[in-house]
Amino acid sequence: MTPQSDTGHPSATAALPIGTPRHHLMIFAGLLVLLLLAPTVLYPVFLMKVLCFALFASALNLLLGFGGLLSFGHAAFFGASSYVAAHAAKVWGFNPEIAILLGVAASAVLGLGIGVLAIRRQGIYFAMVTLAFAQMVYFFALQAPFTGGEDGIQAVPRGKLFGLIDLSSDRTLYFVVLAIVFSALLLIYRIIHSPFGQVLKAIRDNEPRSISLGYKVNRYKLAVFVMSATLAGLAGATKAIVFQLASLTDVYWTMSGEVVLMTLLGGMGTVFGPLIGAAAIVTMQNYFAGFGAWVTVLQGVIFVISVLLFREGIIGVLARLLKKPL
Amino acid sequence: MFELLGIPPQALFGQLLLGLINGSFYALLSLGLAVIFGLLNIINFSHGAQYMMGAFVAWMLLTYGGINYWWALLIVPLVVGASGVVIERLMISRLYHLDHLYGLLLTFGLALIIQGLFRNQYGVSGLPYSIPTELAGGTNLGFMFLPNYRGWVIVASVVVCFATWFAIEKTRLGAYLRAATENPTLVGAFGINVPRMITLTYGFGVALAALAGVLAAPIYSVNPNMGADLIIVVFAVVVIGGMGSILGAILTGFGLGIVEGLTRVIYPEGSSVVIFVIMAIVLLVKPAGLFGRTQ
Repeated sequence: MTPQSDTGHPSATAALPIGTPRHHLMIFAGLLVLLLLAPTVLYPVFLMKVLCFALFASALNLLLGFGGLLSFGHAAFFGASSYVAAHAAKVWGFNPEIAILLGVAASAVLGLGIGVLAIRRQGIYFAMVTLAFAQMVYFFALQAPFTGGEDGIQAVPRGKLFGLIDLSSDRTLYFVVLAIVFSALLLIYRIIHSPFGQVLKAIRDNEPRSISLGYKVNRYKLAVFVMSATLAGLAGATKAIVFQLASLTDVYWTMSGEVVLMTLLGGMGTVFGPLIGAAAIVTMQNYFAGFGAWVTVLQGVIFVISVLLFREGIIGVLARLLKKPL
Repeated sequence: MFELLGIPPQALFGQLLLGLINGSFYALLSLGLAVIFGLLNIINFSHGAQYMMGAFVAWMLLTYGGINYWWALLIVPLVVGASGVVIERLMISRLYHLDHLYGLLLTFGLALIIQGLFRNQYGVSGLPYSIPTELAGGTNLGFMFLPNYRGWVIVASVVVCFATWFAIEKTRLGAYLRAATENPTLVGAFGINVPRMITLTYGFGVALAALAGVLAAPIYSVNPNMGADLIIVVFAVVVIGGMGSILGAILTGFGLGIVEGLTRVIYPEGSSVVIFVIMAIVLLVKPAGLFGRTQ
């Protein structure tokens, strides 16, 4: 990728300093308080959906915003993991935590397989390769004997966490999902601010220079790809337990586009952007659910506007106004 | 009757024909993508939606205006191509100084809009478009029965692909185009209006997609999702062929269509993923694609 000023890459405004700025800690703390209180005001299932997609978008953002790699096939990891978790919970009768872990493991393995091949190409080719592999996963989900074809895997039992805590109550499950997602977000934050994250940003901003500095660029790319796939899988598996469903929509390529939209709208390469983007898009989908295909049109319009006029995203603009990286 | 690989010949040739038909569309669409990519450096994600528009505009012409297939072949590419010109002028031209990824994202958004609008208007069930009377029926080739329309699609696709290849590789205009992809500033300095050439190239690429849509209308039912899945396969075709060459796009398109048809005979479950498997292998062996130039 060429220098930031030329590309207009949104990271230009959001280059994070090394170390943890205090205001980030404050935002995380405020966010946690807000999310702990949220179910008293908002419907827990809606909140859980937002949380799952916030994690999914943050996972993509780790790859796209900080690694400079646009994966257009992240639904593969999200969906495959949700199928594995749903199958493990329903057919094999595992506890939810084991089911989720199996889903995550599956997406990690899948991420390694696709990543090894995809990082052989760059830029838009990379996007097309990931997209094509994701479509392969979609056809697998459509045709394999245990995925339920068009119906998906329905009526997945939520089960008991560690065999003790009954998750059938939305409110109990909400706090479990919150714990999962919040820890994952902190992990992503930690990755971004580690030396590994710094190298990643160096590769994003100038790959040839990173190579000449002696970094094994492809290893870093593959590592971040697998991490991103794994975290996307965590989001997918959690969603399968929440909605008790693994369906074809989760693996279809429009889902990959949706998560890119969330990241773009919130602000690529920002810490909190994907969360806002996910919340905005999920809210919009819930609000306009009755309008059928107009939701697609509206998403398209948001996409076009974001690309043409609003490349920094919501948080990117906010960060510029506040003159602080967010 | 003799058998090949334990498969009755009618089934084998039938699937080969189907593969060749699919290949015609892969070739036309990946050719359009290659033409656009060549000069604009943009992956036109709305290509599938523009192909769908082609089929729909043909259907509208017939249903609302009584304009038949042969006129549609001429009018539709012009109309849809003109919409491409407008899109290029209003939107895509603002992105050239940015990372290529933004072009992909913009055209993806456009695809969502176009598909959503058609879905709102016409639903997803699909509309019939009958084969023009001149091409109804079929011909018995001795070893198989060839529906005339399908034969026509293959011939038309080959002719259009060859004409495009000829125009780009062998004519003066094509030489300007190729020069502009290498060095737009220098070509502009020779007094050639490069921005207009870029706009028209995008329009031409879109027109190719629309033409494919008209050809497809009598074969597949006309519906808003017809381009959505196809475009992903075409992307895979493009990755396999490599974006560098026009000829690569054409040959890979036809070749993969045939491979897909053969797979459907030998191992039907694998037919929808065989192209992606080939893509994986090609990426391992020759990451730049079969006909691609290494960067």
